[in-house]
Amino acid sequence: MTLFLSALTILGVSAGCAALAGRNQRWVTIWGVGGAVIGCFLGLMPAIHALTTGALPPFRAAWQVPYGEFFLVLDPLSAFFLLPIFGVSALAAIYGSEYLKPFSTHRSLGPISAWLNILIASMALVVAARNAVLFLVAWEVMSLASFFLVTFEDEREDVREAGWTYLVATHLGTAFLFVFFTLLGRHAGSMDFDQLTAISAASPTLAVVLFLLALVGFGTKAGFMPLHVWLPEAHPAAPSHVSAVMSGVMIKLGIYGILRTLTFLGPPPAWWGLTLLMIGVTSGVLGVAFALAQHDLKRLLAYHSVENIGIIALGMGIGLLGQSAGQPVMSWLGFSGALLHVLNHSLFKGLLFLGAGSVLHATGTRELDRLGGLFKAMPWTGTAFLVGATAICGLPPLNGFISEWLIYVGGFHGFLAFTTRSGMWLGLGIAALALIGGLAAACFAKAFGTVFLGSPREAQAHSVHEAGPAMLIPMMGLAGSCLAIGLWPHGVVQFIMPAISSITGASLPVDAAGIASTLAGLRLVSATAALLLCITLALVVLRRLLLKTRPINQAFTWGCGYAAPTAQMQYTASSFAQPLGRLFQSVLRTQSHEQAPAGYFPDSAHRTSHTPDVATTYLFLPLFARIKRGLEALRWLQQGRVQLYLLYIFLTLVVLLVWKLGV
Amino acid sequence: MSAIQLLWSLGLVIGGPPLLLGVIHKTKAILTGRIGAPVLQPYYDLWKLLQKGAVYSRTTSWVFRAGPLVSLAAFLTAALFVPLAAPSTLLSFWGDVVLWAYLVGVARFITVLAALDTGSSFEGMGASREVTFASLAEPALLVALAVIAKVTGSVQLSEMFGPVLGSAWRTAGPALALAAASLFLVLLAENARMPVDDPTTHLELTMIHEVMVLDHGGPDFAFILYGSALKLFLFGVLLVRLLMPVHIGVPWMDLSMLITGLLGLAVVIGVVESSMARLRLIRVPQLLVTSGVLAAVGLLLVWR
Repeated sequence: MTLFLSALTILGVSAGCAALAGRNQRWVTIWGVGGAVIGCFLGLMPAIHALTTGALPPFRAAWQVPYGEFFLVLDPLSAFFLLPIFGVSALAAIYGSEYLKPFSTHRSLGPISAWLNILIASMALVVAARNAVLFLVAWEVMSLASFFLVTFEDEREDVREAGWTYLVATHLGTAFLFVFFTLLGRHAGSMDFDQLTAISAASPTLAVVLFLLALVGFGTKAGFMPLHVWLPEAHPAAPSHVSAVMSGVMIKLGIYGILRTLTFLGPPPAWWGLTLLMIGVTSGVLGVAFALAQHDLKRLLAYHSVENIGIIALGMGIGLLGQSAGQPVMSWLGFSGALLHVLNHSLFKGLLFLGAGSVLHATGTRELDRLGGLFKAMPWTGTAFLVGATAICGLPPLNGFISEWLIYVGGFHGFLAFTTRSGMWLGLGIAALALIGGLAAACFAKAFGTVFLGSPREAQAHSVHEAGPAMLIPMMGLAGSCLAIGLWPHGVVQFIMPAISSITGASLPVDAAGIASTLAGLRLVSATAALLLCITLALVVLRRLLLKTRPINQAFTWGCGYAAPTAQMQYTASSFAQPLGRLFQSVLRTQSHEQAPAGYFPDSAHRTSHTPDVATTYLFLPLFARIKRGLEALRWLQQGRVQLYLLYIFLTLVVLLVWKLGV
Repeated sequence: MSAIQLLWSLGLVIGGPPLLLGVIHKTKAILTGRIGAPVLQPYYDLWKLLQKGAVYSRTTSWVFRAGPLVSLAAFLTAALFVPLAAPSTLLSFWGDVVLWAYLVGVARFITVLAALDTGSSFEGMGASREVTFASLAEPALLVALAVIAKVTGSVQLSEMFGPVLGSAWRTAGPALALAAASLFLVLLAENARMPVDDPTTHLELTMIHEVMVLDHGGPDFAFILYGSALKLFLFGVLLVRLLMPVHIGVPWMDLSMLITGLLGLAVVIGVVESSMARLRLIRVPQLLVTSGVLAAVGLLLVWR
């Protein structure tokens, strides 16, 4: 615990020093990045320790905040979430040191470095906190720090807009959490988490209310459809390494919140599981459908976070269903898939955002239809991005497949065991997972294909260059971890086993035989992955032998006899996704404006399309407009005269006095 | 599995696939009143292609060169899970059906990327169509497999397509028939066969798979042709096992039954291809959704 506290201290102090260093870029890097790396390294050690040996002794210190106590525990679940928090954030901080260099000419980099370190520290505090007040404070610091990170380029209007959307969304979510923790505290008579157990046995109604509140409050941070509206705004606006931390790590704390809540609530009824399953299906399918319709690389990645959170929710739903039906193996499979997907998503989504950042750094644009052919100039970034893309599509031999496999097998397990109607829903979940997989592969074929493959669509404004070592090394690290988990899944699952059993173990007996057979299956998955790589290598050798004595020529791409192809004739991202977009037109509601060519010698023609978020356009904007109209009726209260306001205060005091004394 | 059986099945999986193509071509030729190429023509084609040199487009990177190799490797790996000789397979575990479906996905993903790497508008178009139809075929495939899983009580390919199926046909016949119909449609779509894709014409704007591999030549193209024959073979084995769930117990008799079934399937595909026109591309999603719906109805039937 000392190590953990010193990690937090180092992160805090280095943030202060980086902020003070202000415009001196060298010192900012030394303090900010150095502090982040050392702090994260120190923090990882107790996390790994707690995962391998069980909970560390708790840390309590009195605090002058009412109901508050500085109460920290590192149990396996917290320790598990610390892995991405410290691991991915440290790599992102290193990446940021080079990525931000171009900005240093016209602005001070001190604040952004400082806020990043504060964000890392507050995230670590969120998962370690065991007192509701401390938790909420850490949660707010986390939200505010990320707000300031999102609005880094605050001279741009769209960035300010995105920042406000994020701030409103996160605070609405926090409002639900306030109610949630107040109810919890009233029920238990204490704000400490260790006083809260098995609420559903004592008071089922309260448990239902708490579950729903947690779903909305934490779900806003996690990005469940339709609470995801801030995600596609905030992720593209933030600098890329910040997007990597926010999307890879921060939104997972919403998942952490729900999992932690589940440990208080006691035995779940089946409909909780079904609710999460449905949330998972909706977020997953719609998230990837909207991703397909995007033209902006980072916006596309942001929608994929919605999709992956959906997959995680699907896993949790299967886990809860298993728990309520008394199926330990199914529950274990669902939760282990969900947890492993949390880790996996932080790795490959972090990697993809860093890759997108390198593209932006090199070309100055995120628009897919203006990029192309970057593989030649940026081979390493391209390869790392390809690894991330394959992983996020859930394809073997990478890590995404492992967690999706666990969720699939968990779903099948219940599907075969259940005779009730929830078995049918599991069938729907399996079909949805397959659809998500297919659409994700389509979307990343589009993203990777239009950015890196083919030939450049426009003469680039800047000279395109490969990212420097400080940007490449973090990407390589993340790509390597993706491959490592894909090739060695049973080891990783065994490593995180304590975290899985801390969720499932509470109410179900452990089915050791079932888990052992899953692990044996994972061993064969890894053997198959290795075999796939070996056969590929053998074929490479075979082709080399075949071509050894024969001519290998270079030529143009075959254009069906057309001799002067240009880069403009390539398929664009929009045209690639068009057939799928049409299939989903009823939800996507893509708007297009076009001026068709007319006459014998048409001089100008254009076509633009835009896919606004369906939840923003049809749910939140009308809702907020209605609230605004309703509140306009109260406008007469606000006259702008100070005397009147003093009168309001006086009247309020009188009313309160009468209320308290008058009875 | 004995050593002899192992050799037999390896020989079948390595040597068999092009024969299916040959039989399909011959069937089509006979039905249209031609003599047609010899049944062994696909083998001659592969042999000829393997003798050639290579021409690569200047636009392409290593992704293009990896395409044929990785996709063939994925199919070869997937072949280890398919029950060839009797019900046993080389590799098998609880849940391998998901891995099998995703190995096919790996092959598709790299083929699509290789197509996009050429920068050709034709190949981009083929790639776009491929991913569109694949993302609809994937759920249909998994739901059809889920029906079989529910009926046989297993998610392990060797058990799902093993001896249990024989008695399962008696109790859940209609559901299995629907699953088989759905699998057949998926087989046609996934293997670029007739109502979805026309495998005989290259360079037309209506093609999917063939246009994606337009720029490959020489040994690379041989790998691609062999890989797609292998894919048809793998899907075919599952379908034949589903439709002919008889297990005599004598290895060589089981194996020759499988071979007979596969040849029969090739003739059926040939008949379908000669008697149907290719669907308009905007109708293909309807076909695939139909396939999904068939499987889903099967699911409702097994759900008492």
